[in-house]
Amino acid sequence: MQAHFAELAALANQISGFIYPNEIELQWSILIVIYPYLTGLVAGAFILASLEKVFNVKELQPTYRLALLCAMSFLIVAPMPLQAHLGHPERSLEMFLTPNGNSAMAMFGFVYMWYLMLVLLLEIWFDFRADMVRWSQQSKGLKSLFYKVLALGSTDISEEAIAFDHKAVYAITVVGIPSAFILHGYVGFIFGSIKANPWWSSVLIPIVFLFSAIVSGIAMILLIYYVSSLVRGQQPKMPCLDKLASFLLYALILDFSLESLDFIHRLYESEESIHILSELIVSKLFLSLTIVQIMLGTILPLLMLAVSRYSRLPAELKRIVYVISAMLIQVGIFSTRWNVVIGGQLFSKSLRGLTAYKLEMGGQEGLLAAIGFLILPFLIFLLLIRILPPWEDEKETVAAAIEA
Amino acid sequence: MGDKLKRRAFVRKIVEGTASVVMLSVCGPMRSLVGASEEAEAPAYDATKHYYGMGVQIDKCIGCGRCADACKSENNVPREPFYFRTWVERYVIDNEREVHVDSPGGGIHGFPPPATEEDVLRSFFVPKLCNHCDHPPCVQVCPVGATFKTQDGVVLVDQDYCVGCRYCIQACPYGARYLHPEKHTADKCTFCYHRITKGMLPACVEVCPTQARVFGEIKGRSSPLHRLMKMEEIQVLKPELNTEPKVLYTKLDGEVR
Repeated sequence: MQAHFAELAALANQISGFIYPNEIELQWSILIVIYPYLTGLVAGAFILASLEKVFNVKELQPTYRLALLCAMSFLIVAPMPLQAHLGHPERSLEMFLTPNGNSAMAMFGFVYMWYLMLVLLLEIWFDFRADMVRWSQQSKGLKSLFYKVLALGSTDISEEAIAFDHKAVYAITVVGIPSAFILHGYVGFIFGSIKANPWWSSVLIPIVFLFSAIVSGIAMILLIYYVSSLVRGQQPKMPCLDKLASFLLYALILDFSLESLDFIHRLYESEESIHILSELIVSKLFLSLTIVQIMLGTILPLLMLAVSRYSRLPAELKRIVYVISAMLIQVGIFSTRWNVVIGGQLFSKSLRGLTAYKLEMGGQEGLLAAIGFLILPFLIFLLLIRILPPWEDEKETVAAAIEA
Repeated sequence: MGDKLKRRAFVRKIVEGTASVVMLSVCGPMRSLVGASEEAEAPAYDATKHYYGMGVQIDKCIGCGRCADACKSENNVPREPFYFRTWVERYVIDNEREVHVDSPGGGIHGFPPPATEEDVLRSFFVPKLCNHCDHPPCVQVCPVGATFKTQDGVVLVDQDYCVGCRYCIQACPYGARYLHPEKHTADKCTFCYHRITKGMLPACVEVCPTQARVFGEIKGRSSPLHRLMKMEEIQVLKPELNTEPKVLYTKLDGEVR
């Protein structure tokens, strides 16, 4: 407790202008930055997966199952930083049991459960059902039993049954696309609906969140597809990477346009809050907004993608440019979340001063905990791809073996 | 015969009267002995009969900070200068119309002389507290309904129910809330609910030496607050946000946010 007070006293020295005395303590830390970042990756990965299923983009087929499992891994971790951040984590179930229907936050639990249970789990189950049945039949003992349980006892891999699986996956994806939009648009609404905060309060925030989610999701799948191919000793398929790069470029252009619109709109309307927000952008957010988010995270990868996609660079070089762009984009989108969540708390609601945030190393809300929450989805992903190998080529060989 | 009867009736009345006095004097203490408290007989507090608000007269506030101090004592608010249920701000507007605001330690120990003493166009103090909005954004966003509006118009936090998500702190436009460092729940001004429901005044109102704060019924006709609302021009903080505050200011400068 005393250490906490000492930290606050140190922060109080970094304040410029006037802030309300209760504002010295910044309420939403880096953990709340991670939450929209992870949720965005879920929505983005799912929307990419649905491109293949619903809009029949054949080139993306190698990424479909990767994207589903990736979305699942991130979705499992997404609520964890929220939970860790609560003053009373033991009471969190009350959000489900006695929710306040007017609260945007209370509804998150239901949107989350809907998405987890009815969209992702079902889609993954139907997509992997025939494989699980085969894996169960091909293995013995515990492993066979394990896949039998996962397949919920189903054994039918007749053509009609598999045709039904495909229909089900299609139907779920059709429901899933708006669900993914709702999931992340809704996270944007949590911030965008706070009228007390002029940095957040914007009708565009949910839409900007959504497009940045799509950008981050596609970039993440590109990275995962590239790395997983390398690890398995295979050449990533160039048409697939090219398609991913194209979609990434389109999404990035849309996202950047929307964010620019938001920025220009604020500047042009020049409301009461513009003075303090301008001060915020040129001082406390200069590095994370101007340099990292806009320059390194948006404009540079945008140019790199545009040039490499439509030029005749050798495939080897193209791949490297795509991967570097996707990495830059990840850093950029993380900064976007940072600038929204932390940036929105760095100025006083009196609009007369700037507050400060010091990221701790250790502790429940420190940097190390944050890194842990960012690594955890990848560990879960590794586990998931061991249980449900998503590789299409293996599937083909297995299918060939069965036919033989 | 008539006289006899009268005398008999008189004697009987004397005896009865004495007996009842004796009975009362014996039974009274006995009743308190068996635990029937006098409070049980007092009329229970009826929240539907009240609707509270507070008037703050800017021109009467001298910035002594006794209100903020009394509030911390009365409500066990942590003494550290990062947690306030009420505080006092000082506005100094110089001849260039530059606005300088400060609130050192919430104003509890008063204020140092202003930096620009010669250049002062106008200066005043603004006591701040939870506005107990009629349309409270904090209540709207609370995911579990731990923060709520009572029937008598006071916005309260249920400390046993709050999950500590701090969404309400983000939603409050006035900076009136903080996370209690020991309870890990949201905390704010209650209008001293434990006092006002017993007919007493909030601690800040009680100690104000200039009666800058006027507490009372917003709807009642013959209350001091009603008189203030009748006689003075009333302003509220950030009216454009449509929170409908029930802390009503008089002589509020347009620079105050």
